[in-house]
Amino acid sequence: MKTKRKIEPYLYLLPALLLLLLFRFIPIIMSFVISFFKFGVTDFGEFQGFANYSRLFADKEFWQSMMNTLWLVLIAVPASIVLPLIFAQLLNQIKWLSGFFRTIYFMPFVTSLVAVSIVWKIIFSEQAGLANTILQWLGMKPQLWLAEPRGIFTLLFESMGVTIPAWMGGPSLALFSIIIMTVWKGLGYNTIIYLSGLQNISKAYYEAASIDGAGKLRQFFKITVPLISPTTFYVLLMTTIVSFQTFAQIYMMTDKGGPLGTTKLIVYYIYEKGFDKLDMGYASAAAIILFIVILGLTLLQRRLESKVNY
Amino acid sequence: MRNTLTTTLIYLFLIIFGFTMIVPFIWMLSTSLMTQNEFNKNDSIFIPKEEYHVWKDGGTEHKVVLVETKGQRAVIHVLDAEGQISKEYEEYKEVPAKEVKLIRKKPSFHFENYVKAFNKVPFATYFANTIFVSIVTLAGVLVTSVLAAYAFARLDFKGKDFIFYLFLSMMMVPEPIYIISSYIMLDKFNWLDTYNALIIPWCVNIFTIFLFRQHFKSLPQELFDAASIDGCSTFGMLTRIILPLSKGVIATAAVFSLIGSWNSFMWPLVMTDRPELRVLQVGLSYFNQEASTQTTLLMAASTFSILPILIIFFIAQKQIIASYAKAGLKD
Repeated sequence: MKTKRKIEPYLYLLPALLLLLLFRFIPIIMSFVISFFKFGVTDFGEFQGFANYSRLFADKEFWQSMMNTLWLVLIAVPASIVLPLIFAQLLNQIKWLSGFFRTIYFMPFVTSLVAVSIVWKIIFSEQAGLANTILQWLGMKPQLWLAEPRGIFTLLFESMGVTIPAWMGGPSLALFSIIIMTVWKGLGYNTIIYLSGLQNISKAYYEAASIDGAGKLRQFFKITVPLISPTTFYVLLMTTIVSFQTFAQIYMMTDKGGPLGTTKLIVYYIYEKGFDKLDMGYASAAAIILFIVILGLTLLQRRLESKVNY
Repeated sequence: MRNTLTTTLIYLFLIIFGFTMIVPFIWMLSTSLMTQNEFNKNDSIFIPKEEYHVWKDGGTEHKVVLVETKGQRAVIHVLDAEGQISKEYEEYKEVPAKEVKLIRKKPSFHFENYVKAFNKVPFATYFANTIFVSIVTLAGVLVTSVLAAYAFARLDFKGKDFIFYLFLSMMMVPEPIYIISSYIMLDKFNWLDTYNALIIPWCVNIFTIFLFRQHFKSLPQELFDAASIDGCSTFGMLTRIILPLSKGVIATAAVFSLIGSWNSFMWPLVMTDRPELRVLQVGLSYFNQEASTQTTLLMAASTFSILPILIIFFIAQKQIIASYAKAGLKD
């Protein structure tokens, strides 16, 4: 009886624990190990220390995909915080049709990335695409969208008749198109998270502020923004991690990260090196770098969060 | 007065935002119901309407493409039943202009695009695979998570905290980090290109374990004390007390798991190659390459591939949205 009691809890844990060790823990450790070996399709080659890493750091394409990913994160993450907060703030003011709007906003989040990538690829197609049709309605010049390797700042200044140096060009319009679609896909989820955060803020704060004569805008910045910050940190962390993993859009909407590699993101780079070029040791090294970046950002955000605690 | 104005403005903004969110779906649907010609001509953005010229050749009518009119003469391509330029006639045929007429059908919905797209590649197989994989994975996730969460929430054992943090730390590691080494491992197991590769590694879900643990912990201790006095076994407490009180959270986890499996892409793309094993998302990605110029068929395929999830979502949208909100806030 006594021994049975001691073993029993582990039996409940066993299926989950076994699967996790086998399909998460060991592969994660293996990724580290593989990154130090020359690795063909099936078997370990020779141990080669940091050779994969030094090759990686010398690869322009790797840096380009890191830079592209950084642009995506730098634009998509703030947009995915500010817009949902506004949506949620507005939704929180109304009762009638509130459920209807929530459903509409949430729809993109539950639909498959692969299917909506097809839809957005066609939206951005040069001929007969919806994006260009709208531009024409507005009396503007049609764009190449996903086929445009030039930077958005270059295009913006060009339309004003100013030429800027190439390094100031910013992300390509192709990448920017991907960013628009990515933000659209995630808006609904973040809005819902913010909405439940807003509903947890006590009405008493706003009443007190109203009595003190603070306007709506002031209340938003002085009460809502600080009190919602735990939600903001959660949204920030999740959106950053998800943005770093962007893959399906690139696979579906672009020609192998083109034009000119301007939409090649780091996970697509890993996929290409690992499963297209079958250079798995090298691809693992890139995966480990990505892991370190994500881990570092997670820890940084945790630290920031404990500092800015209300 | 000021209040009415603010409220109107709020609704106005919400409607504009809502419109932006839903326009891609509306466009997907309307494009999926057009002919390819209509789409290319780009003059019916949202409402499919068909326009074509016919040439009355004596008693028979042919669909034609009008290339140009030169005074009394019209240059046309005669089309065959498939909509291709007919080989029976010369490519540029000149006929009297009055024999060519513009036919306008409005609106006309081409539901046959769906049938065409569905039969072009074996979508039936892809659907069957996806449903099979999603349901078996769901069963696996529920069993492993209920058991593990029960141990974490209600039982005492050595190393509980350590194992708990081990689980927690693995939850934060994204899939692209371990997909290469998983591929190598599944290759050693000879599992590549089998259902095993699609199902077994996903029969555990750390997030679901946490969701269940949280709920199991919140159940009142008195229930368990009373059951213990009545001589209920540890396993009995799980099946007779916890499970009947956990229908809501189990339904939530089930929906998350189904949506996750249905939409997962990178893993099945990498782990399977045989067409018979393709799941819907992978099949759709191949279709995207094969039919890249057949916009209307692509849109039809996108529509029917998201339909099952959208139906589930619309039936239970209130509960699903609330579940995501609740699960997101827990930390």
